Amino acid sequence: MTIQQTQDEIIADFELFGDWMDKYEYIIQLGKELPMIEEQYKTDDNLIRGCQSRVWLHTEFKDGKLLFTADSDAVITKGLISLVIKVLNGQTPKAIIESDLYFIDAIGLSSHLSPTRSNGLLSMVKQIKLYALAYQKKSVES
Amino acid sequence: MTNTNDILESHMIDVEAVRKDFPILSTHVYGYPLVYLDNAATTQKPESVLHAMDDYYHTINSNVHRGVHHLSQQATEAYEGARQKIADFINARHNHEIIYTRGTTESINLVASCFGRKFLKPGDSILISAVEHHSNIVPWQMICEEKGASLKVIPVDDEGELILDNLDKLLDDVKLVSFNYVSNSLGGVNPVQAIITAAHKRGIPVLLDAAQAVQHLEVDVQSLDVDFLAFSSHKLYGPTGIGVLYGKEEWLNQLPPYQGGGEMIKTVTFEKTTYNDLPYKFEAGTPDMAGAVGLAAAIDYVLGLGIRNIQQVEHSLMSYALGTLTEINGFRLIGKAVAERRAGVISFLVGDIHPFDLGEILDKQGIAVRTGHHCAQPVMDRYCIPGTVRASLAIYNNSQDIDRLAAGIRKASALLS
Ligand SMILES: Cc1ncc(COP(=O)(O)O)c(C=O)c1O
Repeated sequence: MTIQQTQDEIIADFELFGDWMDKYEYIIQLGKELPMIEEQYKTDDNLIRGCQSRVWLHTEFKDGKLLFTADSDAVITKGLISLVIKVLNGQTPKAIIESDLYFIDAIGLSSHLSPTRSNGLLSMVKQIKLYALAYQKKSVES
Repeated sequence: MTNTNDILESHMIDVEAVRKDFPILSTHVYGYPLVYLDNAATTQKPESVLHAMDDYYHTINSNVHRGVHHLSQQATEAYEGARQKIADFINARHNHEIIYTRGTTESINLVASCFGRKFLKPGDSILISAVEHHSNIVPWQMICEEKGASLKVIPVDDEGELILDNLDKLLDDVKLVSFNYVSNSLGGVNPVQAIITAAHKRGIPVLLDAAQAVQHLEVDVQSLDVDFLAFSSHKLYGPTGIGVLYGKEEWLNQLPPYQGGGEMIKTVTFEKTTYNDLPYKFEAGTPDMAGAVGLAAAIDYVLGLGIRNIQQVEHSLMSYALGTLTEINGFRLIGKAVAERRAGVISFLVGDIHPFDLGEILDKQGIAVRTGHHCAQPVMDRYCIPGTVRASLAIYNNSQDIDRLAAGIRKASALLS
């Protein structure tokens, strides 16, 4: 699936929810179900700083595609992270660099991408794009 | 549980009438009537303050102290009248002991810079407390680093009380003590008198950060005998962008100027500038005239209600809030659970819920609280927590606000646990 297709699917899922409570319940559930990152990768190096909620991000590069695992100490952030990863996992660096994560706005959680909240999601997305940029450079050089 | 409305009325402040003075309180957020409990960050402004500032721009705006013309004289009178009002509000001996600044942060930076440049030497120390806002940590760190001096800290116990047992020993080598009257992260009222007395016994001056005090309790700089005191207008129902540094005349006269520019000079030649007298020596550049007028209106508003009445009403509400909130499953208050030892702030966690998650679900219910470290990272480190949720009270909050908060927390807790 392309980044766009996955996003549209998530947006369609969220349209089924009646009110904000249902939506949050779902996101929180996603957050709880996903201990995504292996403990060994929850290191200070993988910690994204400067956020109210802490986010750990681990990246692997395999067959020209990027694979992510992550975690957060705040469960709403974690639920959103799992959605972001669902969208970006297994994509090429180029596709990730060019991606626009419009689904977060569309499902009504744009505040999580606002720098004023200093929560982990925005920093994580930035970090993912930085990694993608670095891997793209590397694959061009090699 | 007692009905706070009965108690509130007996204190001569009609909170429902007060609420009507604050237009923003009728706002709806996500379809819910706003519950504003982020007053320690900034308070809302009454109509009278908004009107005073509007009126200033409509009728007398012009630069102060400079013009021969009529408007300039009116503006100067309003601006200097505000200074007198501030002096009276904190019972300063002279109105030239009131320096206008941009806020608490700038007031502290002014003293740190000017006092530090004049008096700090290698080996000296500045003493602060373990419950300070970053604004009362970083300026001192900066000047200490520059001067080869060091920063010492009065420790705090598990309940948020400052530990004064070793205060006398701590005061060795100390050139100035700077701490807050009320902690913005925990809400504890600190033992101001004991610390000032101990410092003065050794001839050490004291700066009091009163940013979280002046809106909740009576502050009298003469009876406190404090040497410097800082606060912000915007936490006292006044406009943003203006604040106050009080300094005893004898101290302010010893300090070098802060910034250079217009207004702070007597004579300027390229060889030598002589500086103006107090308070202008510390007020370079065109000041915030409209802000001063707004602050004066805010002080009028507070005095109209009576600061003691405000303290009593807020105290009742604090008792009610502590009683109501501590009944919530998993509710963990950070700091002492005694209303007498608190002003304004309730800092808490619920179970293992991350404060950020709780804050977000409260927000979705139209309840404004603050989450995070509240610009006091060392305090959070002291209690080994990532941050707290902070609900902070003002005179317009009522028991319904607390009930909405409690219901909001229960709902969030059900969703998040
Ligand atoms: C205790 C304390 N000190 C200092 C400050 C800084 O005040 P301002 O940002 O208005 O300069 C605050 C405000 O958050 C505070 O609560």
